[in-house]
Amino acid sequence: MGGYLGSYATLGLLLAVGVLFFLVAMTANRLLRTNRPSAAKSTTYECGLDPVGGDWAQAQIRYYVYAYLYVLFAVEAVFLFPWAVIFDDPGFGMTAVVEMGIFVGVLALGLLYAWRKRVLQWT
Amino acid sequence: MRFLTQDPTLADFGHDPWWLILLKIVVAFIFGMSMILLGVWFERRVVARMAVRPGLNQVGPFGLLQTLADGIKGILKEDLLPRTADKVVFFFAPTVPAIFALTALSVIPFGPMVSIFGVQTPLQVTDVPVAVLVVLACSAMGIYGIVLGGWASGSTYPLLGGLRSSAQMISYEVAMGLSIVAVFMTAGTMSTSGIVAAQAGGSEASWSIFGWHPTVPSWYAILLIPSFLIFVVSAFGETNRAPFDLPEAETELVAGYMTEYSSIKFLLYLLSEYVAMVVMSSIIATMFLGGWRAPWPITAFWSGANSGWWPLLWFLAKVVLLLFIFVWVRATLPRLRYDQFMKLGWKVLLPVNLIWILLLGGLRVMQDEQFSGRNRWLIIGGAVVAVLLVALLWPARKAEPKTTLEEQMSARPSGSFPLPPLDLQVPPSPRAKRVVAERRPANVTASGAGSGQVADADTDADEKEV
Repeated sequence: MGGYLGSYATLGLLLAVGVLFFLVAMTANRLLRTNRPSAAKSTTYECGLDPVGGDWAQAQIRYYVYAYLYVLFAVEAVFLFPWAVIFDDPGFGMTAVVEMGIFVGVLALGLLYAWRKRVLQWT
Repeated sequence: MRFLTQDPTLADFGHDPWWLILLKIVVAFIFGMSMILLGVWFERRVVARMAVRPGLNQVGPFGLLQTLADGIKGILKEDLLPRTADKVVFFFAPTVPAIFALTALSVIPFGPMVSIFGVQTPLQVTDVPVAVLVVLACSAMGIYGIVLGGWASGSTYPLLGGLRSSAQMISYEVAMGLSIVAVFMTAGTMSTSGIVAAQAGGSEASWSIFGWHPTVPSWYAILLIPSFLIFVVSAFGETNRAPFDLPEAETELVAGYMTEYSSIKFLLYLLSEYVAMVVMSSIIATMFLGGWRAPWPITAFWSGANSGWWPLLWFLAKVVLLLFIFVWVRATLPRLRYDQFMKLGWKVLLPVNLIWILLLGGLRVMQDEQFSGRNRWLIIGGAVVAVLLVALLWPARKAEPKTTLEEQMSARPSGSFPLPPLDLQVPPSPRAKRVVAERRPANVTASGAGSGQVADADTDADEKEV
């Protein structure tokens, strides 16, 4: 495992070890646990009433607005991270900082818009 | 950036023989698992001390084996599957956060180059040029486990808990991702070993205060203190720890996304919280507290403190210190309300972060380009004037118009319900006999002082108890 992709292969290996470990733990649990299912045990928590309607539940719309805002800033981060590593190198200088300032400013406008539209107000 | 001889660079990775890679992976895994066992014990013990209780003291010395006993008990418990649950997703969702939290441990540098069975190798499983992004990706993947687990339970409380948790975590992930941009800017690299190397030692600043070149502090916790504070706060939000443990607010949502889970699946969620805490502590130590490097007073009189296996000790000390802060905060602060929490993330941490990044970028470029004195002052003055202008021209909040009670009453549409007289004074009931409490004067003596301590012996029931 050498070279550039070797390090990523090690990451994958650790992931595989993790999956293996939890598979073993789940199997041990399956072999060791008691299992006496009954209709009463498999009801929903609290009052024992199953949810009414289909299995697709409706969520509050504000949750998805937050997801949109997250996408906005996740995309910003994608551009900010490489910039942060090299902006200091010779040949970039003030231009790079000003350009990034404009980019961040445009995205900050999005946040400001959401703010003014009272999306960020959780009533 | 100053690389010392024992500092691993990116070129040092990827040369390990296969048995060493396996060994490192297994050791990292064991480190993670034992940190969970010790972390749960540590938390319950410290919280107990802070609440003046004895805490865990039954299983093993100092109750050390309590977590292990709880784990074995959990494995032996019956696994309940709710009828409304989505069976496949319900089964694999709890493993996702735990597995990915453990994967993030692979890029944490535990120490410098050491010799293991005659092979020179860095004390780190692996490093990639974007190692910090791997950690961010892993913590983002953990959200899937939570939101899927909440949804697959087919029940109201877990669904709400899962949604709240995902909204919370993505909000704080934004703040967290932006706060480490300043670290990348200063270190000039995204690899964790490179960031530790960049915090190696104080170099003299190129700028001067009246001819004196001060030594820049090398830890980013001091150098980039806004980023450090934002990162620590968002680490609390990201790991669902108190005071941001809203997904499991038991007064509102029972147990949040894990309400329907039992047996080992419940344990896996619990475990992933502690792994995430350990990983976050390690990342904070790596990026802001100098990683495995010894703190200043030790290096001053002991030059060998940063070589060999000693750095493992400094690293663990920093991680335990940060874990203690996690526990300390939990024992001290009450849980935030959801709106306060979101407000903090989006309206405070995020804008402050953006401004700080641009400010830092401007400062560093100005430092590099050697502006002459007049130009530098012009730029700084311009920035100050811009900030003042924005502060002055910022639209003031409109005051809510105040209406008196009479105006409100007369504004009611016709046909409204009749109002009772609003200045109503309830007359004392003639039937109620007036009871006058008379107390004997308190007779405080030294003998009655110890009687209050009996009551809290059985309040050790922690919410984390399994």
